[in-house]
Amino acid sequence: MTRSRPVLLGVLGVLLLGAIWEAYKAFGPTDGVVVGGLTVLPRTSDLAMPHLITMFTRLGEPVTSAPGSPALWNAVLQAAGFSLGIAAAGWVIGVVVGLLLAMLMQRFRTAESALLPWVVLSQTVPLIALAPLVAGWGSQIRFGESRWQDWMSVAVIASYLAFFPVSVGALRGLESPEQAHVELMRTYAVGWWTTLMRLRLPASIPYLLTALRLAAANAVIGTVVAEVSIGLRGGVGRMMVEYASASSGDPGKPWAPIFGAVLIGLVAAGFVALLGLALKRYRRGEVVA
Amino acid sequence: MSGLSSDRRRRPRIETSTETGLAVQVTGATKVFSVARGKQVVALEGIDLGVAPGEFVSLIGPSGCGKSTLLRLIADLDQPTSGTVSVFGKTARQARIDQDYGIAFQQAGLLPWRTVAGNIELPLELHRASTAARRMRVAELLALVGLSDFADRYPDQLSGGMQQRVAIARSLAESPELLLMDEPFGALDEMTRERMQNELVRICAETGAAVVFVTHSIPEAVFLSDRVVVMSPRPGRVREVIPVDLGSAEDRGDDLREATGFFTAVSAVREALHGSPTETGAPARGVDNR
Ligand SMILES: Nc1ncnc2c1ncn2[C@@H]1O[C@H](COP(=O)(O)OP(=O)(O)O)[C@@H](O)[C@H]1O
Ligand SMILES: [Mg+2]
Repeated sequence: MTRSRPVLLGVLGVLLLGAIWEAYKAFGPTDGVVVGGLTVLPRTSDLAMPHLITMFTRLGEPVTSAPGSPALWNAVLQAAGFSLGIAAAGWVIGVVVGLLLAMLMQRFRTAESALLPWVVLSQTVPLIALAPLVAGWGSQIRFGESRWQDWMSVAVIASYLAFFPVSVGALRGLESPEQAHVELMRTYAVGWWTTLMRLRLPASIPYLLTALRLAAANAVIGTVVAEVSIGLRGGVGRMMVEYASASSGDPGKPWAPIFGAVLIGLVAAGFVALLGLALKRYRRGEVVA
Repeated sequence: MSGLSSDRRRRPRIETSTETGLAVQVTGATKVFSVARGKQVVALEGIDLGVAPGEFVSLIGPSGCGKSTLLRLIADLDQPTSGTVSVFGKTARQARIDQDYGIAFQQAGLLPWRTVAGNIELPLELHRASTAARRMRVAELLALVGLSDFADRYPDQLSGGMQQRVAIARSLAESPELLLMDEPFGALDEMTRERMQNELVRICAETGAAVVFVTHSIPEAVFLSDRVVVMSPRPGRVREVIPVDLGSAEDRGDDLREATGFFTAVSAVREALHGSPTETGAPARGVDNR
């Protein structure tokens, strides 16, 4: 009962959004709402705001009119799978780096004061500036026979966005145990590592799960944006740009990769939710006497 | 496991113990805390205290008189500014490393993600006891604190009293010869509290451990102790040490709470605490039930 409630509300929210879309399209001003020369609400033409049904039926049709062209949903699904793989790689790297940084900062107070400002500053560098830099550095790296690939640059950028919430969240989590618990471990005469594994890490899990969810969202956004700025083919990011330019006669088409990106986000969020389910016992609160 | 064998009875050996034979020996201990802007708090000054093996000693006094601080010095959670603390003839630090004591605080301090059994076996696990030994010991301890049916529950599914019993079981896990307890029953209601006191007396008799017990309840201190150490604040000092001779553990039951000897001792502690005689005598409830 209680578990299905959020899902139900989520579905309801999506339906409401669809209803608003169609209602505005039906009753909104044809030229949109313009305030001081600025369009604040879009025009309601079929081109700017296609019917929902147009978007969905378009998914079932072939990508292009060329013979043998696969169905649009199929192409989108493939692109989404490709992007999801890169986002997952970026997420894993980001989580590992974030956790290591958090442990370092927890272990050494000086590391915290030295690193934390840089961790925060790192997020103010715009992706657009970062992408060519990463691609440039990558092109100079060779591992034996194999060479740096563009998808690796995208994964690195995704991880750059993903590590931030993890390092900050994990640090808070690692420092969350009460003094009494820390002292208990001291009376057991165990070292930092054992205290980390038996006390700090388990105690940090509620914080960590939130951080992992944020990191997943960041990794997906980072992947899509970096695909565009690096120009990597095969993912939904590039697909969005391509389809948008071809949209004049085919208003339903650009929405397909957007649905693909939403799907990636849902899968990522679902994965973290499953993780939370598996770690359920670490999310209990102790009732004080 | 030997700690639980019933032939080991509590037998204070205050008179016979030599200096090195003491469970705890505090000599001239002073603890000064530096607080903001060079201000200092003298939490303890010139504390001398000896606790014999198997002896139950309570520390009592108004809050802020340094009871917890003294206990923390013995546990090596803090170091004295001057003076020495030795535990079983070693430094407090060595005794902590050797796991010579078990400790319990006012808050149970259970790990919420571990079951009752998991919490009790934590110290055993940390010190790499075998799985079989752990399982056996946990079963023994669960029986000892009367929680055998709750092994798989989580702390948030237990009452405060049950949580506290788990914490006590955990402190006993490695059969320490010394138990340090800081107001372990402080957060419990009166009825649970008396039951827990009875249980603690029984447990101490069964394990033969020496106990240093912090409390601010006079009846509790008298009921449990062989000696009550009365402390005074600012700076924390030992004002008086009152021997309580209420017989061996087997004789200490609920009847004792209404015996005359009990009230005499309670009055003595109260006088020591307040620094002047009070006309309490034996309250009415003690008389009816006799
Ligand atoms: N870590 C600390 N820093 C500064 N002052 C402390 C600290 N711990 C205890 N004190 C002070 O030492 C005194 C004794 O405290 P405590 O041992 O907790 O008393 P009790 O347990 O008897 O209530 C108090 O005045 C308290 O404010
Ligand atoms: Mg205290």
